[in-house]
Parts: sequence; C-alpha cells; structure tokens
Amino acid sequence: MLCEQCGQRPASVHYTEIVQGKKNEYHLCEVCASQKGQAAYQALAGPFSVNQLLSGLLHFDSTVAPRSDAPAPRCEHCGLTFAQFVKIGQFGCAHCYETFAEPLGPLLKRVQSSDHHTGKIPKRRGGAMTLRRELNQLRKELQVSVMEERFEEAAQLRDRIRGLEQHLSSDGNV
Amino acid sequence: MSLSDFLSQASSKWLRDEGPESDIVISSRVRIARNLAGHVFPLIATESDKQAVLDEVERAVHQPHVAQLGRFEMLKMGNLSAVEQAVLVEKHLVSPALLESSGSAVILRDDEEMGMMVNEEDHLRLQCLLPGYQLDAAYSLAERLDDALEESLDYSFDETRGYLTACPTNVGTGMRASVMVHLPALVLTGSIQRILSAVTHVGLAVRGIYGEGTDALGNLFQISNQITLGQSEQEILSNLHGVAKQIIDHERIARQHLLQQNKDPIEDRVCRSFGILAYARQIDSKEAMQRLSDVRLGIDLEIIKGVSANILKELMVATQPGFLQKYYEHEMTPGERDVKRASMIRERLRMDQG
Repeated sequence: MLCEQCGQRPASVHYTEIVQGKKNEYHLCEVCASQKGQAAYQALAGPFSVNQLLSGLLHFDSTVAPRSDAPAPRCEHCGLTFAQFVKIGQFGCAHCYETFAEPLGPLLKRVQSSDHHTGKIPKRRGGAMTLRRELNQLRKELQVSVMEERFEEAAQLRDRIRGLEQHLSSDGNV
Repeated sequence: MSLSDFLSQASSKWLRDEGPESDIVISSRVRIARNLAGHVFPLIATESDKQAVLDEVERAVHQPHVAQLGRFEMLKMGNLSAVEQAVLVEKHLVSPALLESSGSAVILRDDEEMGMMVNEEDHLRLQCLLPGYQLDAAYSLAERLDDALEESLDYSFDETRGYLTACPTNVGTGMRASVMVHLPALVLTGSIQRILSAVTHVGLAVRGIYGEGTDALGNLFQISNQITLGQSEQEILSNLHGVAKQIIDHERIARQHLLQQNKDPIEDRVCRSFGILAYARQIDSKEAMQRLSDVRLGIDLEIIKGVSANILKELMVATQPGFLQKYYEHEMTPGERDVKRASMIRERLRMDQG
C-alpha cells in the first residue's frame, strides 16, 4: 500500500482518528506522517505566527540543522552564514535561496503549503516561465486524457504541446 | 481647526468611507513583498545600498505606467517628526518596523488607498487598503501597481520559489491579504476562542489589532493568510473569503442571539458606554476602545440612533497618541492625553447632533 498523501513511498504509519464521533483512518509514509504530526502540534500551539516559529524550527530540527563537522555554508554574494540565518530568520540577499537550497526545502514544506511557487509570474520578465508552466499543465492534461482514452482530445493537446515546445526552443529557453 | 475639518483632512479614504459589509468588516488590505534584483536585502544593506534602491523606486514611480494610476508622493521616514511618524502608523499606512529601518520611506497615492513602503524588511511592500469588505478590489489594485512597477523594475524572482523575500515565510506570492473585523458579539458570547483556533487549521491567522488574543482591544481582529508559497494568489484569496464569510455570518447570528436572549443587559451595556463617552472628562485608550466598540454594536443593533456608524473606525485611530498630539498641536503626557481623548470623543459625538 502506498502513502495516501504523497502516493510515492510505502505507507508504514497507520492510525485512526476520531473527531466528534467521526472516524478517519490514515495510511501514511513516515515522511508525511511526521509532517502531519507537525501540523497537529502547530494547531495545539494556537494562533502562533510562523514568523516566530521559524527560528525555533530550525534550531530543533536535526534534518535542517547542518552537521557540526561540515564547513558552515556561507552565501558568496552577501556573506550570510546559515547560522546567522537561523538566528535572525531572514536572508541577506536573493542568492541565499540557492546557497541554502538544501536545508531550505524541508523548512518550506513545513511552514508553507509546499516548496513550489504556483502563483503570479512577472509579466515583463517571466514570458518563458509562463510558457513552461503552461506546457507542464498541458502535459498533465495529456496524461489524463490518454488514461481516460479520450484520444481525439489527446491528439489536440499533443499538437499544442509541440507548438509550445518549438516556440520555447526557438527562443533558446528550454 | 474644527474637529470635522481635521478629521476630513487628516484621515485616509479608508477611514472616511463606508464599504460593503461595513457593519462587521472595517477594512480590507493586500500587501505584496517585492525585492529588486542586484541589491542585498535591507537588513544587511549599507546606507548607500538603500539610497540606490530608493532612487530606483522613485524613478519607477515617475514612469508613465505608474503615473497613470494616480499622484504619488514620497515621505522619507528620516525627515518626519515623531508625531508625523506615529500618525502614519496609526492610519495603518506604514508598519512600526518601517520606522526602525534607516533609509526607509513610504510612497503614497493622494487618497492613501494605495502605496508602498521602501526599505522595510523587503525593498518594497506594496499596499492597498480599502474600507469594508473589498478583498478582491484591494488585490486588483495591488496587482495593477505591481505590474506597473515591474515595467521598469527587475524583481528578484525564481521559477521554483517565486518572488524572493528576506523572510522565507513570505516567499512565493509575497502576498498577505487581510480583513479587519469587529466581532463584539462573538467575544461577548464567548465563541471567539473556538473560532480563533479553528481558523489556524486552514493556513490563516487571526490576531487582535490592538492587544493580543481574546483581549483584543475594541474587539477588533485581523484575519490574514499565513501561507504564501504553494498556493496561487486566487487560491489564497478564496480561502480567506471562505473563512471571512463564515466569521461574518457567525457574528451576525451571535448579534441576533444577544438581542433576542439578552436584550436588557445588552441595551444597558451599550447605553452605559454611550453615557460614559458622552460625559467622561478623562479616558484611557483601553477603555475608550471598549466603549467605542459597545457604541458601534449599539448602532448596528439600532439601540442607538443618530450617531454615525463610522465613529468606531474614525475614533479608534483619531484617539491614538499621534493623532491626539497632531490635533492639539503639542506633545502631551499620558495623563494629559486621557483628558484630551475624552474631550475629542465628546466633540465628535456633538458633531452628529449638530
């Protein structure tokens, strides 16, 4: 059985929750279960802002904190170290997001709803990104239509995907 | 200057005007964080870095795309007196954090519905603030300002992480949308605690505007999104809508319940508070907020007639220290402020009778 949440890892945590007489069964992998546990903890802690929790999360989370024998990563652009980030909960510049990408990923999944932006893209500078996002969306739709054996629709989607791919590669953006 | 002239000159449009659902929703606000590519964030920036950002933003504001949205004026925090700074904070146009940051400024459109803070935690915090329940209108204004600025500014943006912000709790959309709501009946009936904790389950936060938790002064609360990454702007807004609508409905039901089940105690409470505001000779800000909240509830329940409903919104801001000192044109000790606060409230109540 696969984890209900991510559908990728095998479900190894099984539990039943009864809320106001309503029974719910959960089958999760360890990763998703620990995230769910964190959400429950945050709910118990009440209306606490994530801002305040951030540095606490980084301090106490062994998966996020760098091992002490590893050299302290430092942002080449602004000089901020990861230890400083943990202390103040703020980055020094936009490049810190790449420098500290590895520890940042799990943190974002925890304080945000995912680690991937799905909102607005800048209109003037984001042209290719908008096309790439549309392309990804179309590919997903294509998979669904093939699975559901709607082949006419799939053919149309395939043509639109090809068109977009050509457009992107001719701009040298893929 | 008369109080009515002062209020109409000194207050922002969101304070003067009524909006949809304004019996419960005081205001709607959308804030968007943006940073400029090629500059370190304000936290570690030198004075000359910050000046460079300020210059770049000022140039962008004078470009035709932005200019067609209205007339903007820049106020540098360093050039303002303590009272002028306090007034901006009290009108919710700048955050207290902006005052702490050196080389910071606010750029406001003349109606003060639209503006931006420069060099706060991020290079830019765009803000639109409208009276009543107008979240979508506030977002579309903020988005127009964002697009107009982006015509000439290069934002820090990453395909995976979205708009990059100093704090990772804002990354992605960089957007915080919020509504300020007046919930006296939910506080009186004790249901507020349940609602406060329920809301945090869905990625939103509720906090008191003045004071924390259920001790929120004046029963004023702000509901806002906490999540900025992984949801689109529209998803964030529709989550907030869903929850805000339910809270508004609950408050309306609680008000009717109070009126039907506890008519005498509620009328007594409202009228006593009105009496105190009309006759007190000194009043601290905590008591003033509570009495104003009672009177506003009385107006909404039609227990009190002939007093404008706007009185809560107007006086919750005008009786703050900065505004009081601006109106009476001199600095005051807290004790003196209590006397002047009572006097301003009496004068404001007389405006409606005259």
